[in-house]
Amino acid sequence: MSASTHDAPMGAPHGEDIGKRDFLKLIAGAGAAVGLGALAWPLIDSMNPSSDVLALSSVELDIAPIPEGSGITIVWRGKPIFVRHRTAAEIKSARDVKLTELTEPAADKDRVKAGHEAWLVVIGICTHLGCVPLGNKPTDSRGDFGGWLCPCHGSQYDTSGRVRRGPAPINLPLPPYAFTSDTKIKIG
Amino acid sequence: MPGLHKSEFTNPVVNWIDTRLPVFTMLTKEYAVFPTPRNFNYFWNFGALAMINLMIMIATGIFLAMNYTPNTLMAFDSVERIMRDVNYGWLLRYVHANGASMFFVVVYIHMFRSLYYGSYKAPRELLWMLGVVILLLMMATAFMGYVLPWGQMSYWGATVITNLFSAIPLVGDSIVTFLWGGFSVDNATLNRFFSLHYLLPFVITGVVFLHIVALHITGSNNPLGIDPKGPQDTLPFHPYYTIKDSVGIGVYLIVFAVLVFFAPNFLGHVDNYVPANPLVTPADVVPEWYFLPFYAILRSVPSKLGGVTLMFGAIAVLFVLPWLDTSPIRSARFRPIYRQLIFVLVAAIIVLGMVGGHPPQGIWVVLGRIATAYYFLHFLVILPLLGKLERPLPLPESISSPVIRKGGGPLPYGAAAAPMEKN
Amino acid sequence: MRLASLAVLGALALCTAAPAFAEDEIKLPEQIWSFDGAFGTYNRASAQRGFQVYKEVCSACHSIKEGYYRNLTGIGLSEEQIKAIAASVTIPTLNDDGQPAERPGLPSDHFRSPFPNERAARAANNGALPPDQSVIEKAREGGADYIHALLTGYAEPPADMKMAAGMNYNKYFPGHQIAMAQPIHDGQVTYSDGTTATVEQMALDVTTFLSFIANPEMEQRKQMGVKIVIFLALLTGVTYVVKRRVWSDVH
Repeated sequence: MSASTHDAPMGAPHGEDIGKRDFLKLIAGAGAAVGLGALAWPLIDSMNPSSDVLALSSVELDIAPIPEGSGITIVWRGKPIFVRHRTAAEIKSARDVKLTELTEPAADKDRVKAGHEAWLVVIGICTHLGCVPLGNKPTDSRGDFGGWLCPCHGSQYDTSGRVRRGPAPINLPLPPYAFTSDTKIKIG
Repeated sequence: MPGLHKSEFTNPVVNWIDTRLPVFTMLTKEYAVFPTPRNFNYFWNFGALAMINLMIMIATGIFLAMNYTPNTLMAFDSVERIMRDVNYGWLLRYVHANGASMFFVVVYIHMFRSLYYGSYKAPRELLWMLGVVILLLMMATAFMGYVLPWGQMSYWGATVITNLFSAIPLVGDSIVTFLWGGFSVDNATLNRFFSLHYLLPFVITGVVFLHIVALHITGSNNPLGIDPKGPQDTLPFHPYYTIKDSVGIGVYLIVFAVLVFFAPNFLGHVDNYVPANPLVTPADVVPEWYFLPFYAILRSVPSKLGGVTLMFGAIAVLFVLPWLDTSPIRSARFRPIYRQLIFVLVAAIIVLGMVGGHPPQGIWVVLGRIATAYYFLHFLVILPLLGKLERPLPLPESISSPVIRKGGGPLPYGAAAAPMEKN
Repeated sequence: MRLASLAVLGALALCTAAPAFAEDEIKLPEQIWSFDGAFGTYNRASAQRGFQVYKEVCSACHSIKEGYYRNLTGIGLSEEQIKAIAASVTIPTLNDDGQPAERPGLPSDHFRSPFPNERAARAANNGALPPDQSVIEKAREGGADYIHALLTGYAEPPADMKMAAGMNYNKYFPGHQIAMAQPIHDGQVTYSDGTTATVEQMALDVTTFLSFIANPEMEQRKQMGVKIVIFLALLTGVTYVVKRRVWSDVH
């Protein structure tokens, strides 16, 4: 709405003035819009993960103390991570399976890092309904396939973390990780 | 059909909505074509500024609350985490903390405008009283918000202010225990203060809405204090006052930004960066600057109940101000004596503010008592008498013909069409 | 208007004269800091030396509970340096059997506190609590100037002053009796950059570091502030011109 449409008592300004005014109005309006957007961003960004959360988003782990045949659970981004030091027999059993027999076909060599085949690192959350499978403690049952057994609905995973029996639809997912040395991994 | 609104909007979507819920018609009526006196000066910006300030406080507050922990063991650390780790958390907190100060600056100027130009007088008494309710709610909100960081000033401020209620005879101590939810300011107190600090701004928003409804029924006052007599005295709110308010908002934001980015702790107190310690009272417990005048009134009376009564009385007189001021003339421009005394009142309040910031010793006690005396004298004695005794200057005929003839009487209408007042 | 202006002027004069009334206030020697002003930044070298002073001297008694090792990127240390600094301390933790144990520190750890809790801190310091240094620059009247003055303000007490047992005289401490003995002495640390470690130099450096740890956001804040104020000033200017034009047909 421009001023000239109102019954302004002193008569309308002439044409050139209106053009200039509208241009300036445009600048002021655009400036205000940019300013409002810039104001909104800090509010929105404050809901993104904060520095203290990000600082814990990657964890380093010394895997040297884990004896062959056993595994440990560590917490990464609030989730349990299973780190399993596999025996030669366990690796062999994982590699001997025909891929066609699997619920979600995946080769064992694609689920471990080359050169570090003894180490399996998976996110320890059952892909069925989110329970944490058993199998890391020496006293736990590992199910029929030597990997993990979910206590909730009986899904069973093998020594490569692949689902072999039960209602779970897919294999245990792999977290992003890398070996920083032969005995250290960095998750995240 | 019965009840449907006859919308004049041509856009079909707008028309469809407006027919069923005439918000667009209402907005146009109240904010676009709303007839507004043509002679506002920049003092009339401060209502809009207070509105903006309230929105800024609510927006930053909501996001701060997402990261704050109302627990005595964690509150201080959670505020530091906001300052250090949350993205732009320092910005949110500094805007919120300084925003409280800006809010009081804006509202105090808004109130001065009302006092100077007599905006509280008939028919705007309710409008003014709703404003005083908003002030009271703001004070409660600001006080409880200041407790949340759980620093030394938070803790001891909360202790001192809640103890005011112990001055009430017989039930005082029970009331204080009730307010605390325990036998000292503690976790229960912090929790309820957080809850109420979150709630009250929305109550304020509701009262602000009523304040605006009342304003749009009586219409705005203006620097001359006389009612508009026709369309020649008013302008549509948009674009004249939307653009004028925008200029004011720009200046206000610059002041706000300088405070937040370059002197964020200037108005705060160093002791609030020391975690609360119930065993050690800081050397001088002082409230935030906006409470200092009231704090000075509290301390100027050497009796507990007397001080508390006087302090609450200082606000209570504002409620009845429309009936204390007996002068029918609104604007101080036409009240030669009132025009001077209003500045004496301002000076007295400034002195009270300074007195409140110093330990009650020596000269400060005397100054505090003189200023307190004037404050009440001004409202309770001077205003009722002045209305009867003062000889006001002649009022102009209308807003659009504000020029007064030399002889004292107003110009006949029409003769004033040529020389317009520049503002 | 005469009475009015007199009243307001009088009140304002009182305002400015107020400090003169004040009780024997101690005047702090003012320093020029790299972080002063609208464009101030932390002098990285000084802040790093200051961290060295904190680590080797102050941290024996004073905690910085709110700070993390990772915050040290703000004074120009690299990720590798910070990892090494963090790894050089041991952090109390629990082992798998729930028993207290220790592990090397990580950048994501808070600065290690010298005492496990307040009582232990008091017990080790004759009942006085060494204050946490996280926000000390904001928690003391005078800020950086005060910290510097305090660290360099130790002297022999005046002859007529009676010192309490175990207290030390300091020119700038309120009341002049402070429980902390003079904390830094010439040559107490060996700076890796070759700077001579005088008391004055160390006080300046550690004050810079403590100002940083109290206001880690300061550089970002001021840089943003300059841009925002310029933007707002331009926008307000344009708005004012538009306002003049809109109103030109009314006046």
